[in-house]
Amino acid sequence: MGEFKVHRVRFFEYMPTAIRAMSFNAHTERLALARVDGSVEVFNFADRYFQEKVIPGKDAHSIEALCWVGGRLFSAGLHGEITEYDLENLRPKYSLEAYGGPIWTIISNPQGTHVAIGCEDGTVKLFEVLAEGVQFERNLDRQKGRIISLSWHPSGTRIAAGMMDMIRVFDVLTGDVGGCKSRETVVWTVVFLSDHTIFSSDSAGKVQVWDGHTGTLVKTHQLTKWDVLALSVSKDESSVVAGTSEGTVVQFQFIAPNLQQQEKEWVRTRTFKNHTHDVRALVEIGTAIVSGGMDTQLVVRPLLEKFEEKCFASGLRRIHFPHRNLVSCAQKARLLLLQFPGQLELWRLGESDGHGKPGDILPLKTKPEKLLYLKRKGKDHICCSALSSCGGWLAYSTVSSVRLYRLQTDNNISITKVLQSPGCLGMWSLPVRTMTTELGLALHLPVTLKETQSKLCITLAIPFSHNHVSLFQLHCMVPMYSSCPSAMGIHPTTNNLTMVHADQQIFEFSIAEKQYTVWSRKLQMQGLHNLWLNRDTPVTHVTFNPKNPDQILLHDMYMFCIIDQSLPLPDQKTQFYNQMTLRSLSEQERPSHLHAFKVCKSFQDLMCMRLLDDQSLVVVERPLMAINSQLPAPVRQKKFAT
Amino acid sequence: MVEHTGIRVVHRGGSKINFREPVITSDSRFLLCGSGESVKVYSTSTEECVHDLQGHTDLVTGVVLNPSNHLQAYSCSADGTVRLWDFTDGILIKTFIIRYHIFSIHVSEKHVGVLFVVVPMANEKGSELFQLVAVHLPRSGDPEVEVGELSAVLCDVSPNPGAVSFGTGGEYIAAAKGLQLEVFFFKKQKSYRFSLKSGMNKGINNSFTCISCHPKEDCIATGHADGKIRLWRNFNQKKEYTYSTLHWHHNAVNTLRFTPEGTNLLSGGIESVLVQWRYTQENQKDFLPRLGAAITHIAVSPDGSLFCTSHADNKITIILSSVKVSAIIQGLVKDDCVRTDLMIDPRSKALVLNGKPGHLQFYSLHRDKQLYNLDIVQQEYIHEQGVDQFQVVKAAFDTHGDWLATVEERRQKSSELEINLKLWSYDEQTQSFVLNTTVTAPHEDQITAMCFSPSPETTLLVTTSLDGHFKAWLLADHSDTEESASWSCDFVGGYHLLKPGCCCFSADGSLLAFGFQEVVTVWSPTSWELLTTLSQPPGAVRDLCFGRLSCSKYLLGTSTKNQLCCWNLLTCSLEWNTPMDVSLLQADPFSENMAAFCSQSGSTDLFVFKPSEPRPLFSKKALCTGKVERAIFAPRDQMLESSEEYSQWLNRSQLYFLTQHMDLMTFSTKTEEDRLLASSKQLMVDDSVAITPFYLLLGRHKQQQQEKQELLTNPLAERTPLPQGSIAIKELLDTPAHVLPSASFLCSMFVRSLLVSSSSASCQDAMLTWGMLLPG
Repeated sequence: MGEFKVHRVRFFEYMPTAIRAMSFNAHTERLALARVDGSVEVFNFADRYFQEKVIPGKDAHSIEALCWVGGRLFSAGLHGEITEYDLENLRPKYSLEAYGGPIWTIISNPQGTHVAIGCEDGTVKLFEVLAEGVQFERNLDRQKGRIISLSWHPSGTRIAAGMMDMIRVFDVLTGDVGGCKSRETVVWTVVFLSDHTIFSSDSAGKVQVWDGHTGTLVKTHQLTKWDVLALSVSKDESSVVAGTSEGTVVQFQFIAPNLQQQEKEWVRTRTFKNHTHDVRALVEIGTAIVSGGMDTQLVVRPLLEKFEEKCFASGLRRIHFPHRNLVSCAQKARLLLLQFPGQLELWRLGESDGHGKPGDILPLKTKPEKLLYLKRKGKDHICCSALSSCGGWLAYSTVSSVRLYRLQTDNNISITKVLQSPGCLGMWSLPVRTMTTELGLALHLPVTLKETQSKLCITLAIPFSHNHVSLFQLHCMVPMYSSCPSAMGIHPTTNNLTMVHADQQIFEFSIAEKQYTVWSRKLQMQGLHNLWLNRDTPVTHVTFNPKNPDQILLHDMYMFCIIDQSLPLPDQKTQFYNQMTLRSLSEQERPSHLHAFKVCKSFQDLMCMRLLDDQSLVVVERPLMAINSQLPAPVRQKKFAT
Repeated sequence: MVEHTGIRVVHRGGSKINFREPVITSDSRFLLCGSGESVKVYSTSTEECVHDLQGHTDLVTGVVLNPSNHLQAYSCSADGTVRLWDFTDGILIKTFIIRYHIFSIHVSEKHVGVLFVVVPMANEKGSELFQLVAVHLPRSGDPEVEVGELSAVLCDVSPNPGAVSFGTGGEYIAAAKGLQLEVFFFKKQKSYRFSLKSGMNKGINNSFTCISCHPKEDCIATGHADGKIRLWRNFNQKKEYTYSTLHWHHNAVNTLRFTPEGTNLLSGGIESVLVQWRYTQENQKDFLPRLGAAITHIAVSPDGSLFCTSHADNKITIILSSVKVSAIIQGLVKDDCVRTDLMIDPRSKALVLNGKPGHLQFYSLHRDKQLYNLDIVQQEYIHEQGVDQFQVVKAAFDTHGDWLATVEERRQKSSELEINLKLWSYDEQTQSFVLNTTVTAPHEDQITAMCFSPSPETTLLVTTSLDGHFKAWLLADHSDTEESASWSCDFVGGYHLLKPGCCCFSADGSLLAFGFQEVVTVWSPTSWELLTTLSQPPGAVRDLCFGRLSCSKYLLGTSTKNQLCCWNLLTCSLEWNTPMDVSLLQADPFSENMAAFCSQSGSTDLFVFKPSEPRPLFSKKALCTGKVERAIFAPRDQMLESSEEYSQWLNRSQLYFLTQHMDLMTFSTKTEEDRLLASSKQLMVDDSVAITPFYLLLGRHKQQQQEKQELLTNPLAERTPLPQGSIAIKELLDTPAHVLPSASFLCSMFVRSLLVSSSSASCQDAMLTWGMLLPG
């Protein structure tokens, strides 16, 4: 594998924000997730939970609820507007003021014709979904107090609304009101089942089952002393899950108490504890329970009884980091650009001239140094950023504009804005090595990749002269593949495009010959090792060793890997993680055991891994422990023996 | 040597009553539990033992009510039989011979005429695998029936009876073992297995410990070693089964039981807290804490009005359904070792040994009942592993039972040994021992022996210790001051810095012998003069005993090098010695006899002899396996009149001993057994009314009224019983005071029993008086 001097960087204080709302589209198997900072993420559950799209948030634009109407995604928040998103261009399409004060919830009817919102002023407003937008239809009977939660009856004729101390059932056609009363609580969520049973969860820690016809309480389950914040029902209405402030998810199942009889009742069954903080959002997707909350991670807890055998979907998944890069590196200038939603930070790496054995910690000659703190302009959050490898250029993009800066970092640090243009670069960015412009500058530029349906095309966006952006459509199309690419890179010498997909497949495409390379075909023929294919997290970056053109460097959250194309490919029988074995072998025996994949797991919680020009590695880690320690304190729970 | 067949070694009293789950009868009046080789029937209200159902010849391993007749009960035993009893009358109805070592028994109302028993897979005692088999009881009039037909239901079950339970209406049976739960449906003849993932790699032991099925709904509750309770539902499907988890216990859940209506679930474990969970509202629970010791079993009466819990300290607590303790049935508390000697309290004639941690228990051997506990350490006991706490290691009574001396010690790993010597005086008013003097650190090292002087003039206590000294403690009389008398050290002695191992007073208290390793020294306790030294090397002296009565001139000693020596104190010379590895030498305080327990090749032999002659009166080879460390001669309440030579030594006293497995055993002679048999026949009353002592009084009266009718018709047939032999008097004196009817009621009967009725007329008078008194 070779020995490297490693810069182990831990000063990137990346902090994901809490998950606020979720909505699952069973038809397209996409999960939309809203965070507290207003960003929306779309995960493709058919494609190994890959984070397909990220729409960055905006200041003072928090989201309280999300809903899918067909393939369209709507959100509403306390700013009082309904927003629809453009999922192609990853930006809000339009926002519509609802004139009801802060909106607490938005929900679509099962037929997909209307959305209903619950407002601070006590109104439930119905909007008709049209092709070009939504249109206000009417208000249901206005109530005292805010509407916290809404749930449509599957027939679409009734809506249950959770309010302060109260649950109301509205007839959608006439606007009439029936009610169930609970006491001095906030009804956080309601779920309306097709047999007119209403589940409610409230701030008193109860999940209550109501008869929706008569408005009578059927059963109370006291789950916790704290709030029960989220409820979700499975599609076949045999299971309801509730998320509590203690971080537990409790399942209720519709079970016959006597096995011979048909009569069923709701019974509290399993409890899952995968969170340390409040569970704010919860979705039951049939084969799994997806939960997220204050501790910022997205947890997919599979329901093992739904699986016949062990497979990728039957394992517990925790998604901590975004499936993209937040760090750019200038290989020549030894600079790191760290991207936050609100600012960029430029760091110079430390230096050391010491030598030591593998595993030693070398003394630092110069400490790492924060050179620059660049605050973004405007309300929109940064969606991507890039740094040229010489360290002379810096670019970032928000949903509304792209900015390019000239950097000087030699003696006195200076930054000058070169260019600002409207437009958006989307979430994909990777620096390409050289492009010679008319000015004779070696510019290192972001490339935007867009995954449109199944075709993959590469667009180069080059801020060309001082005032306009030229778009180049590259002259070839890569053959389509079912899974979304999670990382790609163009080889500096051979101009081969290496792509790693969310299902962990690796392709190498020769841009010159417009076809897959021989190595890629061989790899596809032989197939990848099962241990490689069963890894949890997608590869987030591909880079190359400038000194050794055969080596491709990849990394995901838990490992980094060097693929040596000159070595034989491993088959299913070979030991895949063979670094320890190799170490114990003698020099003569080693070559017979070598294979192309060299995996290193010494660094965990990896955000970024780059190879500098002087053959030293930069590894940016963000330990999960450090993230957890910055979270607010969880609700106090009595622990036994404390 | 002679072997005698007329004397048997028997379990008498002190057996475990917490071995298996007790059963409450359907009218909640009796509680049945297996106790050693018999089944005991206790009254739930008075805690008294009503019947002792004897017949099994090995450990009773399970008791269940007969589901088709609620006045009958089945019991199974390791002897391979199942017996059907009428427990109200104490009659053995039938014996079913199965010929397998039976570990537990289960019945269900739906399966009439079928018993389910757990037997080893292979018919060997050492087998590790067990199966649940159905036993179809043959219909036959014979009292002893051989059962031929056994059909296996479940293979590889746990021998623990708590791990098998019948479901709703007997439609399925659930059994748990290790990490697997198996549910067998009788109708479909199909079983479903559910297994848990092992938590061992996370340091959690989540294996199943116990199981209970909901009586009305299809829900199985299982207890786990990590303290969790799981409620399984939907278990008639391979995949879609589900369970919920309850967690309160911090350690293994020992037992679980649903109440008959299924509204509550009871659970218990080492915390000695009974937890009552509300079914379907599991976060509401009631607790009954401070039950004294770890709960091992829970039973619920069929009407749900009573619960009972068995505890690790051989106790059964009867609890009302309002979660209040109503009665406690306490057996002999046996820890894994007895630190004190077995002793007899001279006043109550009770057996005294250490019981609960830090306590001495007083146990009545005749009534097989614990009388009371005396808190010696007087510190709260902390239920936690690895905490060193004070333990009672020595205790001694003086001859009249006025004084009790106890030694408690605590040894912590890092610190020094802490010893307290406590002296307790008997308080006539409170009828118990009251602490008089506490001596902290009476010696610098462990106390090896302690005895009171039997002489009536002085109250003298002698202690010997490993620090090389013996100390004499005297009761100093402070008659001039206000303070009451207290104990103080009178004399400290030693012998060549040797470590004394044992001490013994002669029967009159005039001589005191110490064993200083190889040397026996004899002292005069009045002048503290060393009178003589005796020695018979090699080997250190282990036990010393003075002879009694006609043999008081002899001193016997045993040494570690297999020597039993007898010295004549008049000549100060060795009278005789024999090579024997005597582990325990015990003198009978009521005769000249001595008992020597010799351990030989893994088992123990007993020799009973008189010191005057080296010839055993009685010997028994291979008494039990292992070494006998503790034994005691207990006085008989009634003398035996055995004339046979070999059993004469048992006439005045009875020898009890503790085996390696902490079983209290004794010897019974033929005459004694005959007498017992006679008394049990006498108790056999042909009536449906339960035999309580109260009944015996009232019922007898009824009988006598009938007799009176007969007498009137035939006055010549009248007999005149002697007052001493009158059963009424016996009952009156034997019955505990709290179960007796009011004194006014008894008075007339008592007076009548004293009357020597010479004619039918006087008898009639007495009856008339009785009739007058009754309404008042």
